[in-house]
Amino acid sequence: MARDSQAALVALNRFGFGARGGASGDFINAATDPRGFVKAELSRPSGVLLEAPALQSTPQLGQAVFEYQAQVKQAREAAAKAGGPAEAQPQQVPADQKPDAKARRNLSLNMAAMDIAGQPPEMKAADNAAKAAESMQPNAAAPPVAKPAPQPLNVIQKTFRAEALARLQRATLADCGFTERLVVFWSNHFCISAAKGELARMWAGSFEREAIRPHVLGRFADMLKAVEQHPAMLFFLDNQQSLGPDSRAGQNRKRGLNENLAREIMELHTLGVGGGYTQEDVTSLARIITGWTFAGRQGQLGVPGSFVFNSNAHQPGPQVLLGKTYEATGVAQGEAALADIARHPSTASFIATKFVRHFVADDPPLGLVARLRDVFVKTDGDLKAFATALVDADEAWKAPLTKMRSPYEFLVASGRLLARVPEDPGGYLNNLNLLGQPLWAPPGPNGFPDTNAAWTAPEGMKLRLDVAAQMGARLGNNIDPLDLLEFAASDAASVETRRTIERAESRQQALALLLMSPELQRR
Amino acid sequence: MTMDCVENRLLTSRRALLLGGASFAAWAYLPKFARAADGRDPRLVVVILRGALDGLATVAPIGDPDYAGLHGSIALSADGPRAALMLDQFFALHPAMPEFARMYRDKHAAIVHAVSTPYRDRSHFDGQDVLESGYAGPGRVQSGWLNRALEALPRGERVSSGLAVGPTTPLVLRGAAPTVGWAPVALPQADDDTAMRLVDLYRHRDPALASALTQGLQLEKAASGDDMKPKPGNAVAQMRLVARGAAKLMAADDGPRIAALAFDGWDTHANEGGPVGRLAFLLGGLDGALAEFESGLGDRWRNTVVVVATEFGRTARINGTDGTDHGTGTIALLAGGAVKGGRVISDWPGLKPANLYEGRDLKPTTDLRAVIKGVLQDQFGLSDRVLAETVFPDSAAARPMKGLVI
Repeated sequence: MARDSQAALVALNRFGFGARGGASGDFINAATDPRGFVKAELSRPSGVLLEAPALQSTPQLGQAVFEYQAQVKQAREAAAKAGGPAEAQPQQVPADQKPDAKARRNLSLNMAAMDIAGQPPEMKAADNAAKAAESMQPNAAAPPVAKPAPQPLNVIQKTFRAEALARLQRATLADCGFTERLVVFWSNHFCISAAKGELARMWAGSFEREAIRPHVLGRFADMLKAVEQHPAMLFFLDNQQSLGPDSRAGQNRKRGLNENLAREIMELHTLGVGGGYTQEDVTSLARIITGWTFAGRQGQLGVPGSFVFNSNAHQPGPQVLLGKTYEATGVAQGEAALADIARHPSTASFIATKFVRHFVADDPPLGLVARLRDVFVKTDGDLKAFATALVDADEAWKAPLTKMRSPYEFLVASGRLLARVPEDPGGYLNNLNLLGQPLWAPPGPNGFPDTNAAWTAPEGMKLRLDVAAQMGARLGNNIDPLDLLEFAASDAASVETRRTIERAESRQQALALLLMSPELQRR
Repeated sequence: MTMDCVENRLLTSRRALLLGGASFAAWAYLPKFARAADGRDPRLVVVILRGALDGLATVAPIGDPDYAGLHGSIALSADGPRAALMLDQFFALHPAMPEFARMYRDKHAAIVHAVSTPYRDRSHFDGQDVLESGYAGPGRVQSGWLNRALEALPRGERVSSGLAVGPTTPLVLRGAAPTVGWAPVALPQADDDTAMRLVDLYRHRDPALASALTQGLQLEKAASGDDMKPKPGNAVAQMRLVARGAAKLMAADDGPRIAALAFDGWDTHANEGGPVGRLAFLLGGLDGALAEFESGLGDRWRNTVVVVATEFGRTARINGTDGTDHGTGTIALLAGGAVKGGRVISDWPGLKPANLYEGRDLKPTTDLRAVIKGVLQDQFGLSDRVLAETVFPDSAAARPMKGLVI
């Protein structure tokens, strides 16, 4: 067979996580049969599942958090009884720490820069850092994890790291990585944020393993149901707090609806903004899914940490949604509603557009979007057929590689090329924070952005270069950067890139330049 | 793979060249912008609060007989241990904002209430699109009103590049006019030789990346100091830290005159809290950030306006989970020595059920574009026509609000 190097680059970078270094032969395999190389992973559905002895189910993890929280509480109470120091109050940074405002004359930017690098007052690190991180995602780069404190990790931190490591290892080892890219796409589409709180951090990994992975090559409707009934999502969007106003619990507790989850289901998960629903539909769906919750520590409703339907909290009576009446059938009322929304034409359009935008171009080719929408409709949301149709489409192979790799894709691609299977997720997690894509913690329920503008911002580019330079500094000594260029792009590499790497001052520098080259950054 | 941050002491002096050298082209516009009328050198900071700030909880209409009932358990009150700070007979400020209250008393801060963009639906993302793009409706526009305002300044008197604070440029500052980015840095940096080689490669192969990286490099010296390393502090500390660094850069004679930054996390859907709690915590951070701008800008503060805006407000009535749902009318805050302050500007619609927008939200009676246009006009002398056609397209009906600036 003829070798098609350009198509190999598309197969590896657009659809996958880039070529692996070492003796993988990824580039040659991809060049020999590009579409076959990508599609091979689709024929191994069980390969999408992620199971490892260290990874537990959502209820098990929930119970571990409940226990941990109880222990913390007990310890605090014991300390209080013993007359120990009371729990630190959420710390306000003193407002009076103002450097005196001297008259500034002829201050240059250079001097300002020096000034910033200089001595101004020490900021007090707050005791409740973790809590603060939960309550807000700062716009600026998230703070890096502090220099390893001697404190042992708690069960939540340990779990998060184990889940992260499993995902990173899978992505690093995958042949092409297409199914892992699909996992990332759907996980971002149906995102939760680990920054929401302890349960969300604990469940971020199990949510993806349980609600996303089993359905990535299955049916959209099944994924939708699994996601919206998963404790992590119910917690993230506060549905466990939402009570039907006329339900028994609602009347007793004088609390009521929270339409958060209902709104995001329609706006972000299925129909899309402008998908033909009204405020009344949002409220209606919110009523329909009241009672969708998870069992707490006491386990009164079921196994602690598992999804349960609490009929006490469920708004009684039939509901009208998108013009159709859903009878009062308990949990089935919501399931029927979700099933209908999943096959709504707006959902097909919304998903097809987003999918093509992610994989092909910020301005997705309309013909391709229409074709995928039709596949979605005709197959009743068969996501394997949907993904296959993308790979079969000529547009997906002909469109120039203009998309910028996200920080996650960049870090994973770098790890693959350097043939380093991670044993510790710490470096990845730090770098993801730094580059503005903290793992499983997007800034809002719409997930991380997916356009070039988001990932080619000046500050982001500079930080990415800093990260690449660090990798170069640490790892460049023992590799031949030209070999790596061969693995990554072979003769699809540009003359300029090859020359830039050849002419680098050191191997370390060459590696940094290679990792930052357009061939490694664009997909 | 190990990708830990390692100590790198090889930050060379050549790095400093980047700041004053050839790659500094984006800064080559005349660094001094003087307002024609009085030779003033104005500054503008735009702070975007993402998530839709509850304006009724931040500046509470305590004098409105319907407020307490609607806002229920999270309503502020004029007495008690954490009393709201009365601004006049009618409005009171959240107690987490003592700095802003001081500025208000000193007539260096003002509030516009019952304000909103033209957006009337309830999607954050579309709402932010409208707020930042300056267009009348949501769409995939790739430029923001602040960038177009920069563009519209007369050439040769151009305010030097806008400063985008944070790892990504907010839409409001994206567009054709050059911007520079800065964020607190947390890593040792690539040496400048590597950076130059990469810029050269990009120039030949990927001009878009070349331009982004070049801009990113321009301010890296500013970000290289230990002081600006984000420490594992809380969100309040983060907001202050970001504001402090941005203020220092803007205080320089040749520094950017215009900056935009965004703070996330204002979507108070559940357990919003009243005088204390989640919203109070965030407002404390915002208050601290404003104080940092004041102190960091030094005597530039006299000529500064900070505009704090959000994509929309929240429902007037609290929801079933002691929070508020997505609403419409909200507030905009103005702070700075150039603000004609000490007042709450509002055509108050009232909170009677019949007066609420769609029976749910504070009804907007002021177009946020009018407020911003007023500030841009007073600070930078932009004409009605440019403001109505270029900066905020199709906004002629929203006349620039007069007299916001001294």
